[in-house]
This record gives sequence, C-alpha cells and structure tokens, in this order.
Amino acid sequence: MIDGLPILSIMLAVPAAAAVACIFAGAAGARWIALLATLVDLVLGGMLWASFDMGPHAAQWQFVEYQPLFGRFAWAMGIDGFALMLILLSVFLMPICILASWKAIEKRVPEYMAAFLVTEILMIGTFAAQDLFLFYIFFEAGLIPMYLIIGIWGGVNRIYASYKFFLYTLLGSVLMLIAMLYMSATAGTTDIPTLMAYDFPAGVQTWLWLAFFASFAVKMPMWPVHTWLPDAHVQAPTAGSVILAGVLLKLGGYGFLRFSLPMFPEASAEWMWLVFALSAVAVVYTSLVALVQSDMKKLIAYSSVAHMAIVTFGLFAFNAQGIEGAMMVMLGHGLVSGALFLCVGVIYDRLHTREIDRYGGLAINMPKYAVLFMLFTMASVGLPGTSNFIGEFLALAGIYQVSTWFALIATTGIILGAAYMLYLYRRVVFGDLTKEDVKAMPDLDGRELVSLGAIAAVVLWMGVYPESFLKPMRPDVTRLIERIERAKPAGDSQPTPGNPEAAKAAHGGEEHGSGHAAPAESHGEAH
Amino acid sequence: MDYNAQLLMSLPELVLGAGGILLMLVAAWGGQASTRAVSLAAVAVLIGAGIALGGPASSGGEAFDGLYRADMFAAFAKALVYVAAGVSILIAPGFFQRTSGDDLRPEYPVLILFSAAGMGLMVSAGDLITLYVGLELQSLAAYVLASFMRRDARSAEAGLKYFVLGALASGILLYGISLVYGFSGTTLYAGIADAYAQGSSTGLLFGLVFVFAGLAFKISAVPFHMWTPDVYEGAPTPVTAFFASAPKVAAMAMAVRVAMEAMGPAVEQWRQIVVFAALASIILGSVAAIGQSNIKRLLAYSSIANVGFALIGLVAGSEAGVASVLFYMAVYIVMTLGSFLIVLQMRGADGQQVETIDSLAGMSRTRPGLALALAVFMFSLAGVPPFLGFFAKFAVFDAAVGAKLYLLAAVGIAASVIGAYYYLRVVKTMYFDEPAPAFEGRAGLVEGSLIFASAVVISFGMLLLPWLSGWTTAAAHSLF
Repeated sequence: MIDGLPILSIMLAVPAAAAVACIFAGAAGARWIALLATLVDLVLGGMLWASFDMGPHAAQWQFVEYQPLFGRFAWAMGIDGFALMLILLSVFLMPICILASWKAIEKRVPEYMAAFLVTEILMIGTFAAQDLFLFYIFFEAGLIPMYLIIGIWGGVNRIYASYKFFLYTLLGSVLMLIAMLYMSATAGTTDIPTLMAYDFPAGVQTWLWLAFFASFAVKMPMWPVHTWLPDAHVQAPTAGSVILAGVLLKLGGYGFLRFSLPMFPEASAEWMWLVFALSAVAVVYTSLVALVQSDMKKLIAYSSVAHMAIVTFGLFAFNAQGIEGAMMVMLGHGLVSGALFLCVGVIYDRLHTREIDRYGGLAINMPKYAVLFMLFTMASVGLPGTSNFIGEFLALAGIYQVSTWFALIATTGIILGAAYMLYLYRRVVFGDLTKEDVKAMPDLDGRELVSLGAIAAVVLWMGVYPESFLKPMRPDVTRLIERIERAKPAGDSQPTPGNPEAAKAAHGGEEHGSGHAAPAESHGEAH
Repeated sequence: MDYNAQLLMSLPELVLGAGGILLMLVAAWGGQASTRAVSLAAVAVLIGAGIALGGPASSGGEAFDGLYRADMFAAFAKALVYVAAGVSILIAPGFFQRTSGDDLRPEYPVLILFSAAGMGLMVSAGDLITLYVGLELQSLAAYVLASFMRRDARSAEAGLKYFVLGALASGILLYGISLVYGFSGTTLYAGIADAYAQGSSTGLLFGLVFVFAGLAFKISAVPFHMWTPDVYEGAPTPVTAFFASAPKVAAMAMAVRVAMEAMGPAVEQWRQIVVFAALASIILGSVAAIGQSNIKRLLAYSSIANVGFALIGLVAGSEAGVASVLFYMAVYIVMTLGSFLIVLQMRGADGQQVETIDSLAGMSRTRPGLALALAVFMFSLAGVPPFLGFFAKFAVFDAAVGAKLYLLAAVGIAASVIGAYYYLRVVKTMYFDEPAPAFEGRAGLVEGSLIFASAVVISFGMLLLPWLSGWTTAAAHSLF
C-alpha cells in the first residue's frame, strides 16, 4: 500500500509533463516520450489496482485527495471500483494507441502525441473527479483534443466529422451544466459522494435527469443521437478510433452510473421505458445497418452503438446482474472494439482502403493476423470464454428480471451481432486470395503483434476469470442497488428461487463471480 | 462634505481630464513628431488615473450631492476601461505605420483619454444628467476615432454611421430621461427609485422602455446592434479593439447601475426587456456570425453575442448577478483584445493588413505560436473549459439559475452551441486547412508580449479566481 502518495494526481501530471515535452521534441523523440509516459501511467494504474482495498470493510472512495482551488471549485479526486476499472481501461489502451500511431502518423507528430497525452489526462480526470464541476471541466475539455485529432489527422471527410462530433457533444453537455448549477445551489455542495446520497424532490429529479440524459445519451451514444459516431470513427485516425470506442464512449455509461442512477433514482425508474425503448431500437436497427456496411470502420462503429445499447439496458435494469453486466460489457467492448479498430488499422496501413470488397483471403498470407482477428471477432459476438460473453450474459439476465420482452429484443442483438461480425470476417479473411496487391501484404510485425497480443490476453483473462474485474466493483454495485432499491420498478418476469440445494450439489459449491449473485438476487425477489 | 474631499473622489477623472488637455496642447505645438511622446504620456496618465482609483475614488462615498458615486463598482469598471484604453494606445503606432494611409497622429491618444474620462463619468454617474454628459463625452471622442484614417473610405463611412446612429440613440435615451424626469420629478437615481417603488405609472414605464432602448444601443444589444459590424469593420483595427472593449464595459456597467439603482424597484418591468435583448443578442450574434468571411465582422458579431451572455447576469438582478456581469466583462475584454491583437498581425506580402478568415489558413504551421494563442481565445469565447471564458459563462448562468430563471439559462446555454460553430471555424481554418501564404513580419515586442500575456491569462486565469471573485463581489455589493 502506498500511503499518502497522491497517485491520481501523479497519473495526471506524468502525461501533462510529457505533453509539454513532446511539443518541444522532434518526431522520433515525441513518439518515445509519449510511449514512455503512457507506460508509466500503465504502471501507476497497476499500482492503483494492486493497492485498491477490496476487503469487506474497505472505504467506498479510495485514494482521496482534496484541495480547495478557486471559488467553488475543488481539486477533489477519489475512485471507487467503477472508476478504478475504467481508469485501468484507459491507461491500458493508451500505450497501444501510441504504438498504433508509430508509423501511421507522419505529419505533425509532436502535436499528435501531445494531443493524445492531453486526452489521457482528461479521461483519467473525468473518472477520478469527485467534484461536480471538476468532473464537468474534464468531461467537456476532452472535446478539444479529440476535435483536433479528428480534424488534423483524420480521413478525407474529416472536417465535417470533427464539427459534428464537437457540436453534438457540446449541445448535450451544456444542458447538464445548467442542471449541475441547480444541484449545487439546492444541495449546497459540489461533492459528488454527498450528492449521490442527496434526495432531490421527485418532480425536480425528472428535469435534472433529462438534462443529464441529454449529455450522456449523446456520449454513449444512444439511438437516435448516435449519428456523430460513425462519422467520427470513420474519419479519425486508427488510434483516435480506438480511444473513442475504447474509452470516450464509456463516459456516457459512467455518467449514468455515477449521476443519473444514484442521484435521481425515482426519475431513473420513471424514464426507464424511454431508455429501454431507445436501446431496443438501437440494438435492432444499428445491427441491421451494420450488416449492410461496405466500410469496415463504419461496420464496427455501428456495432459499438448496438453494444452500448446493451449497456444502457443493463444499467437501467435496477439489479445487480444488470449493472455488473453493463460494466463488464463496457470493459469488454472497450478492449474488443479497440482491438477491432486496430485490426482494421493494420490492413489499412498496408492497402490504404477500408472497403471490405478490396480484401479477401487474408488467412492465406497473413495467418497470425487472421488468428487474432478471429479471436476479437468471436469476442465481439460474445463467445463464452471471451470478455464480452460475461458482460452480455449478466446484462441479459438482469434485463430478463425486469422485462422479458425487452430481454428478447436485446438478445436478437447478439444474434445479429454474430451475423455481421462473421460476415465481415468471411469477406475479409476467408475466400480466395485473388487480388495482387492483397497478396503482397506482409503479416503482422512485432509492434502490431505486441499491441494485439496484449489485448487478446486481457480479453481471454476477462472471459475465463472475470472475478478479477468484478471483485473491485461488487461493493459499489451493492451500494448502488441499496440506493436505488426504493424506486425499483416491478418486473414482469417472476423468477422463482428454484432448488438451491440441488443447484449447489450440481456445481459442487464452486461458484464464483457471476455465478453466485444470480440465485441470491432472485431469491430476494421471490420473497 | 467639504469640496476638496469631493474633488478627491473624482480624482481619476480629474487626472484624465487635466492630462488630456495638457497633452492636447503638446500635440498642437509638437505636431506629428510628438506622437510617440504623447502616446507614452497618455499611458502614464492612464496609469496615474488607475493609481488614483485606490484612494477616495473607491471609498464608497457620494460626491456633488449624489451626482457622482465613488464606489467599488465604479472603480472596478474604470480599472477595466483604463487597461483596455492603455492597450489600445500601445498597439496603435505599429498599425498606422504599416498601413499606407496616415501615420498615427498625436490626437489619437488624447481622444482615447477623453473617451476614458467620459466612461469614468458614465460608470460613476448617480444622476441621469451626469450619465448623459459622460456618455456624450465618450461618444464624441469615439466618433472621431472611428474615422481616424481620414483618407480611407471605409473608415470615414464607419465614423459617419457611428455618429448618425449614435446621435439617434442618444436622442432616444434623452427622450426616456425626460419622461422619467417628468413623471418622477428628479434625475437623481435615488429619487427615481422612490418614484418606481410607489408604483409604476404609464409615463414612468415609457421612460423606462426608452432608457433601456438607448442603453441597448450603447452596448450593441439586439435589436439595436446594426451599427456594430459596419463600424467594427471600417474603423482602424486598434480603434475597433478599443470599441469592442472599453466602451462595452463602461456602457454595460452604466446599464447595470441604472437598472439596479434607479430602476431597481421596477425589476419586473425591465426584466422582460433584458431577457429579450439577452436571448436575441446571443442567438442573432451567433447565427449572423456564421456567414462572415471578414474576421473583424466575425468578432463584431461575437461581441454582440457576448453582450447577450453578460445581460443574462443582469437579468438575475441579484448581487451574484451583478458580480457575474463584471466578471464576464473582465474576461471578455481580455479575450477580445487578444483576438484583435492577432488580427493586427495579419499582414499580406506588401505589409498591408488582411482581414479575411481564409487568410488564416494553415497558420498553425506557418506561425504556430500565434495560431495557438488565437485557438485559445476562440475556445475560450466558445466557453469550452478549462479556459477562462468557461468560468465567465459559468458565473452568469450560475446567477441565472440562482434567480430561478431556469428556462432562460437553458435556452441561453443551448444557443451558445451555435456560437461554438463559428469559433470552431476559425480553429479549423488555422489547424485543418492547407497553409496559405504566411503573414509577413513578426509581432513587435509590445504586441507580442501583450498577446502572450492575454493567452496566459485566458489559459491559467482561473488560478486568479479567488481574487477576481472577491473584487467583483465587493463591487457588486456596493450597489445593494
């Protein structure tokens, strides 16, 4: 345990210093500085995880720092299990992003690396902020580096995409600011943990919830405000897509988890139908849209919208499985979609096209690539043994308790997901190797192998032993459920406890992780 | 109260007035050759007036039977005005040297001094007549400044337009003042407030409407904004920078004082007017800016939108609201002066000023430092954190929410997103587009350090927030 060390602030200071250093360095120097800084942050993230107290009497908020700044703003940092996991996701993906840009980015490298490092600061800051307005500043400032990354280093139609990204998300967020101003005036505090326990009147909650929803729904993104995402993804450079899909989309889910649910439980229950309806449309509609895409990045972008819909379903299921599942889908999707964008980037770097039809038969000349791509495709589909299976299964189990019909619709997303992902894989990797330029493509080099291999290892880890990732979050899930229990809507499914004795015998009492929460929960429900 | 003490309270105006007259004589006898000396002396006079603010001028007293207020509110506004006036003097010589028309004449700093003295009277006025005299002193100097490049048709046109429309607005204001006087029997703010507190007659209501219409013209709030883009485009750039900063602050402070001190009891009546002016300014300022290709016109529309945001703080009508208006204006002048300083650096191959937004293309590669500074100002004007502009917007919207004006706050902040579009367009032109020919020449020492200082203030100014909010709160407190 590293007592007294402001480790979160250090995690922000390292990339900040490196970003300044990058500006003054040459191209090669900037690459190494950025890689080194992100690796240092990865190590710091590991220390954070290792020293995070997961014991039964652990404090909810750990690594707390508090320093009044100016006016009503305070440098209040601290993390719980949710924030820890998302910070880990960020610091894990960052070095991979830097590696992915190693050769692909040739112009204005120092500025590019600085922009990425600033993005890292703002992502970690958003997850760690414990002050309402500090959160907003990090949340909103993240638009600037991403706008520049898409606009400067993006594809042909990058300017349209960068505008759309910026203005969409800005419009969503400003209403949230008004809601935050109201909350701080009414509750008299900007401390997020205090606000999470503050009861706003139900009538007020509705409006506050809607204001926050406007922001998080755009970030998430939920149908029908998702349209900035395919544009931004397609135009952004590979590493930009990885960060967008991997981390920035999680800000929406994190927002629901941190603000909407605990601060406005009644309004969350009241508007559950809206979230479910939008998510249901998103699951089916965006999956079908993904099926007909001819651009690889666009296909993965639409699949992201569908996966995020499962997250919103799970979050608003008001039970432990739903919320744990949503978190696991967020983590799993962050890894898998990031990896898929990297896979696209690998072949894009060689042939400079994202058209699916231009490829085919890669299994013959790029076997290593084909294997890794296969793994991530299967993970995206939700094959057992991979990260996404855990999350999707838990989330669907949670939804089922609330609404069997919506569970049915959500499950079609898994089926459609299998359809578009396998169809993509077949067209790109299988078939005959007929095209001359495709034949000439070399297999993965060391740098690409390391990046993809690292993600593959974690994807499998998360699929085989999810307890490592669920354990830090479980106390927080319990607290959240206690908080929102009073507003919980009645479900239409009537889960019965079954025969716990028999079940225990069948499993030999060796249940862990996802296994044990389910019977306990349904038990409670039946009585 | 003895007369000397009263004079001491108005010391800043005395310093400016006496300094202005003295320098005018120097200019008359010294001619063109004295320009540099007069400019520096004028800045010294402004600094002297600023030092004088620390004395009885900010003591909170009243002078000349209530005609003149020497409170913190006036002192804060004057400090901003002096800073903006000083910067406008410092940046002028380089500009006039480069433009082929007239060289800078020594009358320029003198006119700015008189204008600053007028603005001091405007913000200190405790009586409608004092207000009017101050306003006219400021405006007359400004009309001449607008047409300072005598041989330039655009500059002459700007001066004429400003004069005709300004005279019209003064007439409207004076008509309102006469109505208010006729129905309340006094021109003193305190007496007017008593009259409004006893219940509003139709005459008083009409007077209020006309007074606010006149004030709206002076702060260029919609629907009295039409002169702004033309005047800003035509006037010499240092003068435009001056117009966009100092008189804006003074007129806004004057409007706040009239609204709170003279017409405070009629808050329900004027609130409707100000709500409309605020939202209309934000929306029209943002929408109309989208189509502009001239950077000075763009900044003119931006100033209209910014006045709208500041007015939101006034609508709140509370102490926090007034403090937020002052804070907003303080941040606004830094951003605006910074942006105009960069406009001054835009010169074509022959040393001529260029003003098209397209000429900024690719500036991030030809002049990275300058581009970064302008990008900072643009993001700050758009209200994106962590820049200081965000904190200014934060303050006014916080005041509006504190006054339970939720709908106004929501609509206003949503409209700010429209504004973000055209600020982003400038950033896009500098960062995403292929480079256009680089601008000639480097920024001089004075201009360069001013740009650097304002960019630093906008980027890290939030560290000054405890002091800034302390001052603005003390200033606002003196009105209540």
